[in-house]
Amino acid sequence: MKGILAIFRRELNGYFVSPIAYIVIGAFLVAAGFVFSIILSSVMQYAMMAQAQAARQGAPPDIDVPLQVIRSFVGFIGTYVLPILMPMLTMGIYAEDRKRGTMEMLMTSPITEIQIVLGKYLASLTLFVVMLAPTLLYYVIVGAYSDPPLPWRIVGSGYLGLFLLGAVLLAIGAFISSLTENQIIAGVVTFVLFLTLLFIDLSVRDSSSPVAEVIKYLSILQHYQEFSQGVIDTTNIIFYLSGVVLGLFLTLRSLDSMRWRRA
Amino acid sequence: MIEVEHLTKSYGQARAVNDISFKVEKGEILGFLGPNGAGKTTTMRILTGYLPATGGTARIAGFDVFEDSMEVRKRIGYLPETPPLYPDMSVSDYLAFVARIKGVEAADLPKRVEEAMRMTNITDRKDWLIKKLSRGYKQRVGIAQAVVHNPDVVILDEPTVGLDPTQRNEVRNLIKGLAGEHTIILSTHILSEVETTCDRVIIINKGKISAIDTPDNLTKQLKGGERVKIVVRGEADGLRSALEDVEGAKAVEVESHEHDDALSVTVDSELGVDLRGRIAAKVVGSGLELLELRSVSLSLEEIFMQLTTEEKPTEEKAAL
Repeated sequence: MKGILAIFRRELNGYFVSPIAYIVIGAFLVAAGFVFSIILSSVMQYAMMAQAQAARQGAPPDIDVPLQVIRSFVGFIGTYVLPILMPMLTMGIYAEDRKRGTMEMLMTSPITEIQIVLGKYLASLTLFVVMLAPTLLYYVIVGAYSDPPLPWRIVGSGYLGLFLLGAVLLAIGAFISSLTENQIIAGVVTFVLFLTLLFIDLSVRDSSSPVAEVIKYLSILQHYQEFSQGVIDTTNIIFYLSGVVLGLFLTLRSLDSMRWRRA
Repeated sequence: MIEVEHLTKSYGQARAVNDISFKVEKGEILGFLGPNGAGKTTTMRILTGYLPATGGTARIAGFDVFEDSMEVRKRIGYLPETPPLYPDMSVSDYLAFVARIKGVEAADLPKRVEEAMRMTNITDRKDWLIKKLSRGYKQRVGIAQAVVHNPDVVILDEPTVGLDPTQRNEVRNLIKGLAGEHTIILSTHILSEVETTCDRVIIINKGKISAIDTPDNLTKQLKGGERVKIVVRGEADGLRSALEDVEGAKAVEVESHEHDDALSVTVDSELGVDLRGRIAAKVVGSGLELLELRSVSLSLEEIFMQLTTEEKPTEEKAAL
């Protein structure tokens, strides 16, 4: 535990002494702010049109603005923003240590590889939470003027989904980073992989062939949809946790293989 | 303190380390000497538990480096060829981090960090970011990192590489200061370094040990005799036989110069026999001009060259 904590503290400090964390968090918040305001205004516009139409027909308008905003925002961030930004957080996790030679020091210290992997992973996860947290402020502001009141349960499930999706992406990105000493290669490969996952997901979204069903089941974004609709299904949670465990396990194996590779 | 028996490391067909055995006593400084690619780094990496050996055993303080890796790792400090530094950390934060992962108790931590900085003389840079330090200071931080948990054994891979002569001297003195309390293994391909710092030397080449001894003994053992070099001018037809007649002379070699009519001659003799007077008398007696006369002893560098070049023919035979 002490080993994990030592690695965790160093990694987290490492993020904040280099510009990378500030750049990624800054870029994320700018993107999130834009997306939120665009979604908010377009949903409002749509709602007003619907209301006008409803008034003409004499029926009550059938649109829940806060729900639509949360759904679209969480969906967009998870589907498009995270796959682009997460590789920048993960690319250096191991590649940089290998390049600097500090990996050799860590691996000849009396700590296990599991402690190294967990310490680093928890640090990246913490940074991700720090990055995500300020966006909750949007709901606090919007919630004050919202009618019907903001469905906090859906905000909660949507953010749980975002957190789990991010957790899987971080674990996969860390694994790719452990395969090379070159941060750029790690970053690009991770990015391409995430984009591929996104495209595969988009291409099967409207299909219902057996192959598409299998791909849908394995797609990390498909399970995410349900969270953004307010459904907290243990199957989905287990799916993501398995993804995290798989990523960490592969990272462990990759570190172990460094000992057997030719220097 | 360190016992290595028949240690072997293969990568496919190639043997980076081939059946080496040696022992290091507590408080000793052992030097690994050999050309690049001789297997020095591989041996060290096996001792630190970074690489597993293909065969043989290595024990540090009684613990097997593979079976009881964690126990071994607590007892060693290791400086790889490139110091494992985090450029964005300050010196004292970095050392505190290393101390923590090496298992130093929280209560002892500030004291140990202070001590490591004092020993390596970097206290004046404790709040500097590592990336701002000069090469020499970085190397010292690397050494401080290796001793911060007060290990029994300190393993230093090329600790003076890339330093200027002054810095090199500082690092050497620093290493000498660590001995006694710590058992030290260091590797180098600079000969003067082992001559000045090490108690014993292992000359390693192509994964095999060519020689183990004290620097003094190595010099003596390989010297096996004295050598006198002279340069003469004049009619030198009978010179070789004349010099061979000198009492005590074993081998005479005559070499003519291309650019003038002078001749270089080397005369070898038994250890402890001083031929200089007799040779001078002989040369002058035969009517030649004696231009130069000096006694040469083989330096460790020559021994090193001799060892590593003599190795070649047998290696090739073995390959055939």
